Amino acid sequence: MSAPTLDVARRAPAGRTAPPQTSASAAALAGTGYLLRFMLRRNWVRLTVWTGALVLFCGYYVVAISAVYVTAADRQNRAAAMTNAGGTLLAGPGYGLENYTIGAMFTNEMALWLIALLATMNILQIARNTRAEEASGRSELVRALPVGRHAASVAAFLVVVIADVAFVVFGSALLIGPGQLAPADTFTLMTGVGLTALVFAGITTVTSQLTVHSRAASGLAFAVLAAAVLIRGIGDIQERHGSWLSWFSPIAWTQQTRAYVDVRLWPLAVSLVAIVVALAAGAALASRRDHGGALLQGRIGRADAAPSLAGPFALVFRQQRGTLLWWLVGCVAMFGPAGLFLGADSGSAIKDIAGQNSLTAEIFGSDPIAAFLAIMMLHNALAVAVFTTAAVLRVKPEEDEGRLGLSLSRALSRTSSLLAHLAVAGIGALVLLLLGGALPLWVGTLLSGSDTSLLVLLTSGGAFALGIGVLIAFTAVLYAWLPKATPLAWVLCGLVIVERFFGSVLDMPTVIKALSPFYWVGNYPKDPIDPVNLIGLGAATAVLLALAVTGFRRRDINAG
Amino acid sequence: MSQNPVDIIDLHKSFGSVKALDGLQLTVRPGEVAGFLGPNGAGKSTTIRVLLGLQRPDSGTAKLFGGDAWNDAVALHRRLAYVPGDVSLWPNLTGGEAIDYLTRLHTTSGNRAQLKRRKAALLEHFELDPTKKARTYSKGNRQKVALVAAFLVDPELYIFDEPTSGLDPLMEAVFTDNVQQVKNAGKSVLLSSHILSEVEKLCDTVTIIRSGRTVESGTLAELRHLTRTTVSVLVAQDPAAITTIPGVHDVTTTVGSGATRVDLSVDNARMGAVLTALTRLDVRGLTATPPSLEELFMRHYGSERDLEAVSR
Repeated sequence: MSAPTLDVARRAPAGRTAPPQTSASAAALAGTGYLLRFMLRRNWVRLTVWTGALVLFCGYYVVAISAVYVTAADRQNRAAAMTNAGGTLLAGPGYGLENYTIGAMFTNEMALWLIALLATMNILQIARNTRAEEASGRSELVRALPVGRHAASVAAFLVVVIADVAFVVFGSALLIGPGQLAPADTFTLMTGVGLTALVFAGITTVTSQLTVHSRAASGLAFAVLAAAVLIRGIGDIQERHGSWLSWFSPIAWTQQTRAYVDVRLWPLAVSLVAIVVALAAGAALASRRDHGGALLQGRIGRADAAPSLAGPFALVFRQQRGTLLWWLVGCVAMFGPAGLFLGADSGSAIKDIAGQNSLTAEIFGSDPIAAFLAIMMLHNALAVAVFTTAAVLRVKPEEDEGRLGLSLSRALSRTSSLLAHLAVAGIGALVLLLLGGALPLWVGTLLSGSDTSLLVLLTSGGAFALGIGVLIAFTAVLYAWLPKATPLAWVLCGLVIVERFFGSVLDMPTVIKALSPFYWVGNYPKDPIDPVNLIGLGAATAVLLALAVTGFRRRDINAG
Repeated sequence: MSQNPVDIIDLHKSFGSVKALDGLQLTVRPGEVAGFLGPNGAGKSTTIRVLLGLQRPDSGTAKLFGGDAWNDAVALHRRLAYVPGDVSLWPNLTGGEAIDYLTRLHTTSGNRAQLKRRKAALLEHFELDPTKKARTYSKGNRQKVALVAAFLVDPELYIFDEPTSGLDPLMEAVFTDNVQQVKNAGKSVLLSSHILSEVEKLCDTVTIIRSGRTVESGTLAELRHLTRTTVSVLVAQDPAAITTIPGVHDVTTTVGSGATRVDLSVDNARMGAVLTALTRLDVRGLTATPPSLEELFMRHYGSERDLEAVSR
């Protein structure tokens, strides 16, 4: 007959009946176990999909790479391609390039991506389970129960610890079993990946104390992650195997374990210390603020809207301009320096690599500079694909939380409401492609004394924009016809990334590759662009858009 | 132009296997304040969403000013203003900006200076600080933003979906004042609520729905006709004779010194018989209370509650 709430109240308090003198710290953590179970139950699908996908990806990568790069000579060709600045920026410090074994290759090229993805999961989870709960007011209900001040933060951290441990254990098992990699090195590397990802979980615990909104909290943490990627990249470009600068990035603390080359454990301790420091800082900050409050205070705003805030486009732009600005800063910071490496020296260095052997010659073709530009523009476009998908998906909470219904109760048509949203995403994508990618890359090459045509870069950006158009319109179709399935847009976005990065390595069937819009853009300026493909992308965008508008005009609006 | 602002005939709407609306009827005539009553989950909000063209009915007609609520939504929305029961605002906009944005969607032209004056007056009435970001507003303050944005545009029809939830009693009074004003100006109002005193105070007509179906509708006077009046009377003689009159219920007698106090309720149709009987009993004092909407309401939902109680 016991009601569930009573049950909670009975189980949640500092039930371990600590002696009175230690009750202050025990009380701060009261109910952690209960909250942990609750968070796991609420998030187990997300956690399983994230970690499961990452584990499978590890195993598949190693098996596939073993099949593609069979001989040592094959792998040395690959190693040569990784010595340049671009390779170093997007891979690792280059341990084992002299004897590029499967393990060395996995560490050098995959550790960065695994850390980035696992850290992304951790950041999103922490923000979701702490700040988002607080912002929505739900945690107020929980805190009214005998639940400690730090219980939610600790439980949220334990959730990602459990997920990360699962990743380390199952990922290592796949690498050691089917992947046939050395157990000790594998376990060191994977533990490093898990610990570094937990550092970012710790950082999110800190940023969650700073801002009122979970989006801002995770945004700050992602900014730290981006900085970590960039700092590690620049540090490693300065010096093979990393310079002093590299060590400022948590990512180095995993890569510097030199797994499969000359493994060492102590860099993992740096991560451990960083985690403890971050959690302590988070707890200290949390003790200083009110529930629902933040350390960075919001400012007051205008009593009357600016004349420009008229119509749905202006509203959506207003909501997304901050995000767009940060993405622009990130892109410029990423691709400006990349252009600098194309100076006279680096240009010839790339030519040297291209001349080294048949495989690199194939990658870089007859015009290594063009190939480098193609790779840079692709990376920019892939980042923009992620931005755009996220930007379009923000229409969903607008509807679910009732703001769309409120707008539509005024004299606003559904068509203009939807198109305004898509237009903001599309214009944002154009800005990032042209002003965030093509232009800084061109300025970079100009400053370093190379002569690259701006027109070529703008053409590349424009071609990718058509591909992005398909992504936007596809997401809109999902939203219009299958609103509950809208997150599936990430599947196409993921396919675009996997196809471009690993399509040839993983020997993906052409049928699947053809589903990715970027497949049709190709490797311009290394390879010429087929105008027919671009027309096709434009046509696909138009058809999908028409379909989306038709669907959105027909269906019920979820008014909150 | 004697089109009714709201005309709903035999409206049906299902979500999967759940019947939200099951033959609903609702009319708001020009210049009328219509109360729309029902318990949670009766279909009030669904009805309003259909009226706003946000959701498409399965069958039946939903018309606003004679136009189809779904097909002509945008044009019809120029003539109405809506306040939802749970207002969600754009977190990074201030309350003032949200009000202006919503107003600009409604009117492209209009006298800017006059609008600004009216906005300032409404903000003062509702005691709302428009410079705060919406994410810092309480539920009540978000509600005020939507109310100000609605009263600002001066439409022909107001649709309120439980508009005072989250408002304190003082602010409820301000809301009541504003509704009285638009009523006096000849505007029509559809007021969905489960606060009976609010409806009783403001509404000319009442429609009561339950499980997606209209169970009662009419003017307050008409509905009261169906109910009982509470009578409390002080008599010198033995009141036993009254208890046997058909239509008299819930009699309690309290014997005092020299007089007996009788409390009872009477079907309105039988009031005459009771009064006739009372005159013979040497009445010393009498009060009669008209039926409250509360009782009306309880009569319609009472049976459901009783059923639930039995099944427990």
